[in-house]
Amino acid sequence: MSAEGVIAQRSPSVVLEVRGLVKAYPGVKALNGVDLEVRQNEVLGLAGENGAGKSTLLKTLVGLVRPDAGEIYVRGQRVRLRNVVDAANHGIGMVFQEQSLVPNLTAAENIVLGCEGPAIRRGFYRWATMRALAQEQLDKIGSTIDPLARTDSLTFAERQMVEIAKVLRIEQRTHNSPVIILDEPTSVLEPSEIETLFEQVRRLREFASVIFVSHRLDEVLDVCDRVYVLRGGQSVGEVRPADAVAGELHRMMIGSESHEDHYHGSAVTRDETPRERLTVRGLAGATFRDVDLDVRAGEIVAVVGVHGSGREELCKALFGAVATTAGEVTLDGERLDLTGPRAACAAGVGYVPAERKVEGMVGPMSVADNMTLAKQRVRCAGPVIVPKRQSDIVDKWISRLSIRTPGRRTAIQRLSGGNQQKVILARWLVGGDVRLLLLDHPTRGLDVGARSEVYRLMRELAGTGVATLLLADSLEEAIGMADRVVVMSDGRIVAEVPCPPDRKPSPLDLVKEMV
Amino acid sequence: MAPLVDTRPARSRLRRGVSVRDAGPPIALLVIVLILSLLSPQFRTMGNALNILDAAAVLAVVTCGTTFVLLLGSIDLSAAGVMGASSLVVAVLVENSRNNLDLGTLGILIAVVLAAALGCVSGLLVVLLKVPSFMTTLGVSAIGLGVATLVFDGVQPGVVDPSLRSWATGRLLGLTYLTWIAVVCVLLAWFVQRYTRLGRYAMAIGGAEEVLALSGVRVGPYKVAVFTMAGAFYGLGAVMVTSQLGSGLVQSGASYTFASITAAVVGGTLLVGGRGGVLHSTVGVLLLTVLTNGLVLIGVSPYVQGGVQGLIVVVAVAVAAAPLRHRNQVVK
Repeated sequence: MSAEGVIAQRSPSVVLEVRGLVKAYPGVKALNGVDLEVRQNEVLGLAGENGAGKSTLLKTLVGLVRPDAGEIYVRGQRVRLRNVVDAANHGIGMVFQEQSLVPNLTAAENIVLGCEGPAIRRGFYRWATMRALAQEQLDKIGSTIDPLARTDSLTFAERQMVEIAKVLRIEQRTHNSPVIILDEPTSVLEPSEIETLFEQVRRLREFASVIFVSHRLDEVLDVCDRVYVLRGGQSVGEVRPADAVAGELHRMMIGSESHEDHYHGSAVTRDETPRERLTVRGLAGATFRDVDLDVRAGEIVAVVGVHGSGREELCKALFGAVATTAGEVTLDGERLDLTGPRAACAAGVGYVPAERKVEGMVGPMSVADNMTLAKQRVRCAGPVIVPKRQSDIVDKWISRLSIRTPGRRTAIQRLSGGNQQKVILARWLVGGDVRLLLLDHPTRGLDVGARSEVYRLMRELAGTGVATLLLADSLEEAIGMADRVVVMSDGRIVAEVPCPPDRKPSPLDLVKEMV
Repeated sequence: MAPLVDTRPARSRLRRGVSVRDAGPPIALLVIVLILSLLSPQFRTMGNALNILDAAAVLAVVTCGTTFVLLLGSIDLSAAGVMGASSLVVAVLVENSRNNLDLGTLGILIAVVLAAALGCVSGLLVVLLKVPSFMTTLGVSAIGLGVATLVFDGVQPGVVDPSLRSWATGRLLGLTYLTWIAVVCVLLAWFVQRYTRLGRYAMAIGGAEEVLALSGVRVGPYKVAVFTMAGAFYGLGAVMVTSQLGSGLVQSGASYTFASITAAVVGGTLLVGGRGGVLHSTVGVLLLTVLTNGLVLIGVSPYVQGGVQGLIVVVAVAVAAAPLRHRNQVVK
């Protein structure tokens, strides 16, 4: 392998190199030839929007995803990573975004899990040894957590330290300095905890290499030595924080092409004097507070914000699916009951959840069943389903939304994502009483064609006077679809940007408010 | 710095994280004992306390086995059949009224090993065929009952073996041998849960199986081992019942499947897995036994006892689960 020699000559301090990594999923190319180089004792930042390929790349590095093409080299050696243990044996470990600790075991057990060594002899625990082994790891990162505390009694930040300590155990396997991947480590931390984490990352740099991934650009610039920018499954550039500013990085993340035109053709004419439909005053819940928001009939308002901004919870709260602690919400002047989804449904609120397969549909049930799930009365006489009424109304909406399905009796899970989403939208339309639609990432996982159909549908509905609150998948989608964009950050609404068809703001204008 | 500095004493050990939920069942047990003591003079005698412990012995042993399966997040409905098979096997292997065999302790051992083998079958079916434990253990229970019926063969074998008979009658320091066996089993099970890889991994499998797999642990063998161990506990329980009844009966374990699950859940070993443990379950066993005993002594009609007991159990579980409830929770 002549390639290995070349790497070794070119930069001896490279510990991990990735070349031409490709991974395709049905409909999307998550990685499209990514190149990456991690050097000894550096903190490498990875920045990119949702869907840029960050998480696929990370999963490839720890053996959770197998690439279709491309190579991974560890210290010049070509490696194939089949699973997490493989990766650990090569000195690569990851602190997962959604934490991967066993909640009902002690911190010490989690730290040594799967690699207990002398802490378990012949199947018998030696708690003192285990405690000492764990303490050794915790000392490395200067943590004072009690190793014998149950993991679920620790705070999120403490658990993160436990995960870092656990990942550092891979040093024992390689006797080389490890590569530690931190996937969105700051997304749920308090500002003071973030500062502690940063100190931790700088400490890790003394004896390890770190890959640091974050949505928040200021953080990436703050803590990293170099930053790679990913876009559309490719690395589009490398930046040194010393000579970069957040704005520049953002231009790279988003790309030069502006929001595409095909979906925001807002040709629909509306009432001259649109009525206020949804008014939210001082709404507060577990992850958001002081939310004031208005949506007029026929208006689409997009809420944007980074992960952890509280917008998902706000959307669910308006549907009554998560509890609120304060505030007043009215729909067409009447107080909206937020005690549960049932009340919201009755009031003419529709909700399309982000997790389509889990929350949006009952997979093995038919198109007809799924479409009439929330408004049983459209197909029933009293408690009895009337086949004629059901087929009339379901067939009507199948053709109106041009849902491609073999028939109304087909199980919804056999349809394509876009058609599933149309059935879920139709669920709120069959009753003829929808006044407000809450769309949580309605185009997530859909291909381009299906997306534009959903966009067209949203436009049409807005044209009929439905008020829409949209949590968009990307900034372009928000800008393209919305009449107004509201920016949330840390649970509050921090900005409101008008977004009329003739004067669309640029994504950068919004990003300024988000970070 | 505040959130990361741990000022709590380092020697707090596993006791950290003890919650209202953990404290609930013991408190309920105390309250019920107090109330029954006030209501009934017979209840608050030493003799009755020993009776209760004796009555709880078999259920305590069986529940040790059930507890580990529940910790996995699985369920085990095989106790009835496994116990039936073991009961008959032990009855025909020790000195008995049907044949000339007199294997003594070896006979008891064979019965327990047979039960463990049946448990192992349940475990293998769960792990290899990925059939839910609900179905596999129900099937294994039927197999056990089949084995028991075959061995029974129309004639009930009476136990003559004096040492096995003495299990139920002999006393040491005031407690019956059965009680001592139960105490040893509970301590042993607690040791396994607390100090062995098997016990801790059973906990971990119930807590977050994927995490365990992501850490490079093969979980299958541990699951099979847990079901096997549970089978052994059922087998020992069956031998104890046989000693009490003085003969081998197909139906000797019939009531224990649901009684043991109920006891475990009442004690705080939840069906979701990874919660509770042997000591929790034992508190549940005592709670159920005390209720049965006390309701008789305070003169509750036998016709309503079952109902009253059911009501108390449902209320206890609802109260214990109250802190975990949230909106739109899916309960099955």
